[in-house]
Parts: sequence; C-alpha cells; structure tokens
Amino acid sequence: MTNNDTIVALATPAGAGAIAVIRISGPEALTIGSSMFQSVSGKVLGEQPSHTVHLGHVKEDQRIIDEVLATVFKDPHSYTGEDVIEFSCHGSSYIQQEIIQYALRKGCRMAQPGEFTLRAFLHGKMDLSQAEAVADLISSDSEASHQLAIQQMRGGFSSEIKQLREQLLNFASLIELELDFAEEDVEFANRDDFQKLISRIRNVLKRLIDSFATGNVLKNGIPVAIVGEPNVGKSTLLNALLNEERAIVSDIAGTTRDTIEDEITIGGIGFRFIDTAGIRDTSDVIEGLGIQKTYEKMEQAQVVVFLLEASNFINQEDALKVEIRKIHEKYPQKAILVIANKADLISEGEKVKIQNELNVISGESEKSRALLLTAKTGEGVEELKNSLLDFVNTGALRNNETIVTNSRHYDALIKALEEIDKVQQGIDNKLSGDLLAIDIRQALYHFGEITGEISNDELLGNIFANFCIGK
Amino acid sequence: MFENEYDVIVVGAGHAGSEAAAAAANMGSKTLLVTMNLQNIGQMSCNPAMGGIAKGQIVREIDALGGYSGIISDKTAIQFKMLNKSKGPAMWSPRVQSDRMRFSEMWRLMLEQTPNLDFYQEMVTGIIVEGDHVVGVTTSLGLEIRAKSVVLTNGTFLNGLIHIGEKQFGGGRAGEKAATGITKDLVDLGFDSGRMKTGTPPRVDGRSLDFSKMIIQPGDEDPQKFSYLDSTQPLKEQLACHMSYTSSEVHDLLREGFDRSPMFNGRIKSIGPRYCPSIEDKIHRFADKDRHQLFVEPEGWNTVEYYVNGFSTSLPEDVQFKALKECDGFENVKFFRPGYAIEYDYFPPTQLMHTLETKLVDGLYFAGQINGTTGYEEAASQGLMAGMNAHLKVNEKEPFILKRNEAYIGVLIDDLITKGTEEPYRMFTSRAEYRTLLRQDNADFRLTPKSFELGLASEERLKTMERKKESSDAFVSFFRETSIAPEEANAILEEKKSAPVKQSDKMFKMFSRPEITMEDMMKVESVSAYIEEHDLDQEVLQQAEIQIKYAGYIEKEKNNADKLNRLEGIKIPTNFDYTKLKSLSFEAMEKLKAIQPATVSQASRISGVSPNDISVLLVYMGR
Repeated sequence: MTNNDTIVALATPAGAGAIAVIRISGPEALTIGSSMFQSVSGKVLGEQPSHTVHLGHVKEDQRIIDEVLATVFKDPHSYTGEDVIEFSCHGSSYIQQEIIQYALRKGCRMAQPGEFTLRAFLHGKMDLSQAEAVADLISSDSEASHQLAIQQMRGGFSSEIKQLREQLLNFASLIELELDFAEEDVEFANRDDFQKLISRIRNVLKRLIDSFATGNVLKNGIPVAIVGEPNVGKSTLLNALLNEERAIVSDIAGTTRDTIEDEITIGGIGFRFIDTAGIRDTSDVIEGLGIQKTYEKMEQAQVVVFLLEASNFINQEDALKVEIRKIHEKYPQKAILVIANKADLISEGEKVKIQNELNVISGESEKSRALLLTAKTGEGVEELKNSLLDFVNTGALRNNETIVTNSRHYDALIKALEEIDKVQQGIDNKLSGDLLAIDIRQALYHFGEITGEISNDELLGNIFANFCIGK
Repeated sequence: MFENEYDVIVVGAGHAGSEAAAAAANMGSKTLLVTMNLQNIGQMSCNPAMGGIAKGQIVREIDALGGYSGIISDKTAIQFKMLNKSKGPAMWSPRVQSDRMRFSEMWRLMLEQTPNLDFYQEMVTGIIVEGDHVVGVTTSLGLEIRAKSVVLTNGTFLNGLIHIGEKQFGGGRAGEKAATGITKDLVDLGFDSGRMKTGTPPRVDGRSLDFSKMIIQPGDEDPQKFSYLDSTQPLKEQLACHMSYTSSEVHDLLREGFDRSPMFNGRIKSIGPRYCPSIEDKIHRFADKDRHQLFVEPEGWNTVEYYVNGFSTSLPEDVQFKALKECDGFENVKFFRPGYAIEYDYFPPTQLMHTLETKLVDGLYFAGQINGTTGYEEAASQGLMAGMNAHLKVNEKEPFILKRNEAYIGVLIDDLITKGTEEPYRMFTSRAEYRTLLRQDNADFRLTPKSFELGLASEERLKTMERKKESSDAFVSFFRETSIAPEEANAILEEKKSAPVKQSDKMFKMFSRPEITMEDMMKVESVSAYIEEHDLDQEVLQQAEIQIKYAGYIEKEKNNADKLNRLEGIKIPTNFDYTKLKSLSFEAMEKLKAIQPATVSQASRISGVSPNDISVLLVYMGR
C-alpha cells in the first residue's frame, strides 16, 4: 500500500440517505477537488482557506452531476492529516457513485476499508488504540457502545493496567535485586506480599477479561431467547417493542423451525431477540428437533423470555411451573422473564390470581421476573423494557469502570493472565527467582502491549533508585 | 623501527587492549600493541577479582571464543566461588579473587607467546585519518605508525583527572600519568565526547588488621574454574576474604568531610555508577541505613596488601583514615594508599556499529571504558570483539556479531550502541532477556563453533566442546530411554518426601521433579554404572542435569527468542529518512535518526521509541 497517492471514498454509510459525504484525501486532493467543482461565486476551491464551506456544482464538462457543499481542509489540519476535500451531495446511490467514479477518472484511487483512519494514524493524528476505537465507533450502533468507544478514544482505557504493571514491575525489581545482588546486604522479596500481589492481579485481570464479554454485549447486543409456542404472540410482542423505538430490524433466517433474530435498542442498549420453539416434552420427532434447537438458543442467550398465554396459565398452571423450573435448573446463571400475554382475554379476577402466581415466581430469585401484559395494546410493554434493562449488568459502564472492548487488548490480557497463572504455579512450587522472572517478564510484556514500552532498564532504574547496592 | 604497515594497531594494554591484540594476532593479523607502560599490561585498577554475577558468564564466553581472560584468571586465582548456587543454573556465576601482580605478569607472558604480535611503549597522542579511513597513529615522540585499522582502548586515561578531597591532579590511575591528544583529534573529526567518573577504595596493610573481629569468607569447598580447556586446574589451596561493617559512628566521621568532598562541593560534575557508589554516596542517599558491608580482600598469595571493597571514596585522605579506623578490625589500620575518584573522557557508544567500529571513521574501533563501560570483563569482551572484527575487516570478511540470545557479549554491545549509557555501564543478568539460554555452563556450546569457524578458537577447544556435548547428550538420552522400577524409585522419592510412583516409568520423568537432583539419581544402580562405564566428569553430569531439569524453561526462552528474531529479520535501509514518517513521535524520530538502527528489532530497544512508533515503522516497511 502506498501512501502518497490520493484516495476517494464514501464517508457516510452506504445506501441511500438524505445526504452523503464523499471524501477525497491526499496530495492531489485540492487539485482534483477544484477540477471537479464549480463554485456559484466562481471561486477556485483549492485556493480557499482551510475549514471553509462552498456552494456549487460537481460538473463534468457541461454535465451537472449534483449541487453540493464542498468543504476544504488543508494539511495537516484534517482528519487524515493530508489535504482533504469533502463533497456533501444528495444521498441517492446513483449520485454518490457518479461523483466517486468521476473522482476516480480524475486520478484518485478507491480507498481501502479503513484507509482514511490508517492515514490519520500514520500522520500522527491518533495513536493505535484511538485508531481502533474509531473503527469501533464507526460500527457502533447503540448509544452504550458509542459511549464505550468514545471513552476509549479519549485514552481513558489503560490506567488500570498501568497501575497493575507498575506494581508488578516493582516486584520484578525486587526479584532481580535478589538475583543480581545476591551477595550484598539487600532485603529479599517477601513471598507473602508477592503472593498477595499476584492474587490481586489475577482478580483484576479476570474482571477485565470478563468485562470484555460485557463490552462485546454492548457492541453486539444482548442475546435474549424467546421461548414460547407459535401462537402465543411473539411477533406481536416484538412489534410492540419495535414500534415505540423505531429500531432498525434485521432479519436473519434461522434453520429448522425458523429461528428469527431481531435487534431492538432499548434504553440505549442493543438487544438481540432470538425466537425459538417451546421446550415441552414431546414424542413428535420434528418438534423434538425444535426443542434441541431451543436449548441451543437458550445456551447462547443471556436472558430467557418465557412467553405464554395468560389463559393457559390458569389451565395448565402446574405443567408450566415445571417447565419454568426446568429452565431455572438447567441455566441457573441466566435471567428468566416469564410473560403472561393476552391479559385482555381474561377476567379481572383471573388477572389477580395470575399476578399472585407470577409474584411467587419473581420472588424466587434475583434472576427471575414475571409480568402480565397485552402485547397487542402495548399494555405492560414499558414494564417489560424496564425489567430487561434491570437484568442487564450495565453497572460497569455506569460507574465508569474499565471495560475492555478491544480484541487486541483482550488478547494481551488473556496472555498476561496465562503468565500470571504460571507465576502462581511457580510460587506454589517454590521456584527460584530467576525462573519466576521468566513468567513475570512475559506478563509485563503483555501489559506493555497495552500501555507502552517495557524495557529492562526500567527494572534496573527501579533497583538503583530504591536500594543501596554496590560494593 | 616498525613494520611498514600493521594490520591492526591496538592502543592501550588493559583488559580490552590485551584481548583485542591477542585476538587479532591469533587470527593472523600483523598486530602492534602500544601502551604507555609495558610493565602494567592487564592491570586490575580496582578490585582484585574476575567474574561475579553476569560478569562470570562473560569471562566464560571470552574463554569459549578463545580469549585469554579465563585462562589467566584460573592461573592467578587465590579463591574461587560459584555465586548464586541456590538459584537456577542461569544464575550460577563463577568468580575468583586474583593475585593482582601475577595476573598482570601472566597477561604479559601470554601476550609475549602470541604470534604476529609486536609491542611498543609510548603514549599515542593522535590518530591519522585519510578521507574517512584511519591509517595509523602518532606518538608523543612524533612517530607515525601506519595501520589498516586501529583499536582504541584508552580506559580512564583520556584527560584523566584524579580527585582526593580538595586535591586534584592529572592521571590515568594512581601513580600513572593521563593521556592527552586523542580526545581532541576525535572531537575534531566530529565525535561527541563526554565525561564519566568512577572511584576506588583505599588499599591497606594486612598486618595492621585484626581479622578475628571480622567474619571470614572462605572460597568454595569444591572450587571450579573459568576455562573450558584442560590446561588450567581448579585451585587446591585458597585464601579467605573477610567481611566487616561500617557503623553510625563511621558515618558521622565521614559526614564531617562532606564539605571537602569533590562529590558534594561540585568539583566532580560527571556521573558515576549508581550500582558502585562511593561510601559517602551510600550514607548520603540511604541515610536510614546504619551500617554497610565492607569486604576485605587479599591482593595476592604473598603480598600483605588488602583491598577494602565497599569503601570507595574521594573524601580527603585524613577523613578516610579516621573513619576506617572506626570499623571493626581496622582499629590499627595502616594505609598503603588512599581511595580516590577519577574523571575521564568517554565517547557515547551510540557512535558505533555492532562491530564496535565507529560510524564516522572506517577501520577505527573503540573498546572498553572509552565506550562508557566499567569492569574488566565488559572491557575484555569488547576488546576481543573489536580485535576479531578489525581482523575480519582487514581481510574483507563478514563481521562477527553476537545476538542478544547468543551471548551476554551480544547484549552488552547491542545495549551500548542502541541505548548509549549515561553512567558507567555494567552487565547485570537482568539486562539479558533470555538469561536461561546464556548460562556459564554452555558458553562453549554457544560460541566455540562460531569462533573456530572464524579461525580464533583452537581445534583443541572445539574437540573438547564436542566431547562434552556428545557425552552429555548421550547421558540425557540414557535418562529418557531407561526405565526405573517403582521399588527403586520410591526408595529415593520417599527420602525426598516426593510422592511415590505406582508403576515403572522412564527415569527422565522422576529426574524432572524439582526436588530430585543428580545426586539422588546417582543412587540408582544403572545410573552410577553408566557414569562409571563412560567415565563422566563433573561438567558432563552438571550439563545433563541442567538439560533435563530445566528443559521446559530453556524451550520457553528459545521460543521467546525466536519471536524477537522475527523483528530482527526486518531490516531498515541505511540512511533511512525518518523525517518522512510524520506519525513518529518527535523523540523517536530524533533518536532513530541519531542511532540509525539496523533492524526494527534494534529500533524497538531504543528508549523513547514506543510500540506505536514501531507499528509505524512496520507499516512503512510493508509488514
């Protein structure tokens, strides 16, 4: 890949919209941009000051392609750090393509995915983890994941790792001190303190690694499995949720017995609803396959929504309870939401009775809730949403604690944990310092992959600063 | 008076110069060793000892390459210790106390026996450069001696300035004059120079000491030696060292002299080594410590002179004397000479290439303290490498460069030329990333074949190494292939409180347990029979034990080293224009411009070059 040519690409999402932005970046951007654009006031685009906007037409010979606003950014004060022209044009795919094709004919090259950001990185406009955060930002759909990406882009991520690394480094210095100055009158590294430090580091690492799951959930949506028979009103329920939030819905066709996934944003958090068949014991082979599938889907989900008809709850109360308990036993970690739908079809007295039963179920554990609602009228849907949000452990995000979202960091943390585990084994086996140091150094190295450089000079500097050594 | 043109001229005959001269001459170069005083070849200016932690490994490496330091240390030792014996084998570090006078004499005798080597006593005052090639040196008598290459090993002599209290005078060592002229020539050629400081303690009369008040520190009961060759033998008799302590009274007396200390009154501006502080520095920086160790070391078999290790000082001589008298056993001490500090010129080693040849002048090499290092071992190893490379260059052969995972010498030189040094540089095991690979027991495996290939290590050396390797490999295989019955194994395991085994298994497995040693394994009949049958010596037993017990760690470090070597393979073109990489940090760009690393791996070790900068380099290098 060369970096001295001029590239063009659509800077807004693909597809039709109200407007679209086409970005041209590189040493020839001003020349190419000027040649494509005719200002209404007759100005030459490339000669205009940086950060100015101009009305005019993108025009090829006598043919006007579109009326656009052109923005000028000059090296180095642009996103990429190069000369940049941006055309804000009308959003039809046809117009977008016409303008891009025109720019290509004028000597631009089509940008690779992420190439604008790569150039920004290469021109020192952002560091590596910021660049990665930008990639996340671009692909983030929900408010929560957006917030995460922003947090990381501001560099807020690694302070926790930095602290850990420093503590480990201090300890590594003590170990090195024992090794390199064994003959001298130095204090030795206290193995009990070391043990405590290692336990602490393991805990933090584990928490950070776990937070990756939360981070991922925030980025990709929390999986919710809906368990219920075909006619209990799943689609109605989903639509009830959808109508209010106007969320983007994407349909992914499932396999046997139609598993459908819908993504819905509630309170800034993405939920991925997975439709399944029920799980009642059956001798029907086809339904048996469906049940297998249902369990698989529940396995993947964080929340199980058990949907049934309120009237059935009266008729088959015991059988349903057994079923609910079965799920509970199989997945004690998963949150379960029991919903009795079609409340409008039962009498007020029955409602009270069902509500009591549901309250019993809710009371059984922190991870279960039960609701009565009518999907068709939207009654009770608001409560459903609150319950879902309640379940989701977004506490981490709200407290501004570190959440790991970047898979490179995640990788480094996993590797660091592996090494720390080896250090732990080494302590258990009373391994000598030089052998412990191999694993400690590797752990420090992986921390360094997140925070910056590790060099052995740091260890020595630490020793010289803190200990009286040398004959 | 001289050859028309030497292949190599070595200036200075300390540890660096002597090894350089021996290496170049032994490889076949017509070599001249020029020094200010031919009576002082291979002087130990400071403590009378060779080796120690990390340094002992270097001496073993020098020996494995065919240098002289190991042999001379063995022949002149008065005490041997294997330090760090309680740690893993990578930490085992041999050290000897030396007979200072015999050490120097042995160097002179061995150099005299070296073919192709001429000697000349005079001060070299300048170097002659034509174009950007060095072509010889000039002397204080105005002589010009021509050569294809020159190795400078000036030690602490370049504009050396000695401090004792408020007195200061020019000198390269106590009683020897400083060397002038060379620094100016080099600076005129465009070299950067700097000043460094080091110090040394008083020497005292052993007859005035009361050793009964000190703690005796004898040598090892089972002494070993440095050289891999059979031509030297372990010591049969040894002299003991002693240990004493300073006290708060001693510290108070020392403090009284602080206003006259050149360290504190600003006379000494240059930086001394943090790990080898003067006694005044120790009590100043670590005021809460109420005592410091003193090691009282004999200077030889027959002399009464003793070296007071730990009492390095440049305080006025009367303060030194009064304070030392307060230490246990020193009540009646008589001084041979006071301690002193010395300042000298050095040339920041980032001006060198991996061969120790300067970037500025072709054929000119620097080795030893002129590069900002400290220590006989560090100096000797650089001298050896400079001497070898000077010879190789004269003969238009590929340079000899050791990697960081091949030798401490590789770590040393790479650190120097990549990072430079602000204080006198000493080797520590923690400077090596892969110290499990760089052990004192395997320096011959690591280095002797390479050196033999280049014509320095002798055939005898290679053969000795090959025999050791074959026997130890065979012995390791024996443990891998031979089974042991549970009854026999459990008898030994029980004794070591190790869990018993239920069925017959290969001995390798039992031996791998941390608590089981070679000594335990030798109780197994088939093992002791094997040892007897093959007449295995201590070195082979040790080698086999390390290879079995530390196999996992060695393998792990090898894998880690391989990762590094991948970056090592990504070369950066010479004179690469870093200014066009705008995303480099300013600091990184400046450093990279100055140091011009040869590979991305070397770049990653430069301080101030972050992983981010390395990513940028990798992207530009097309990775």
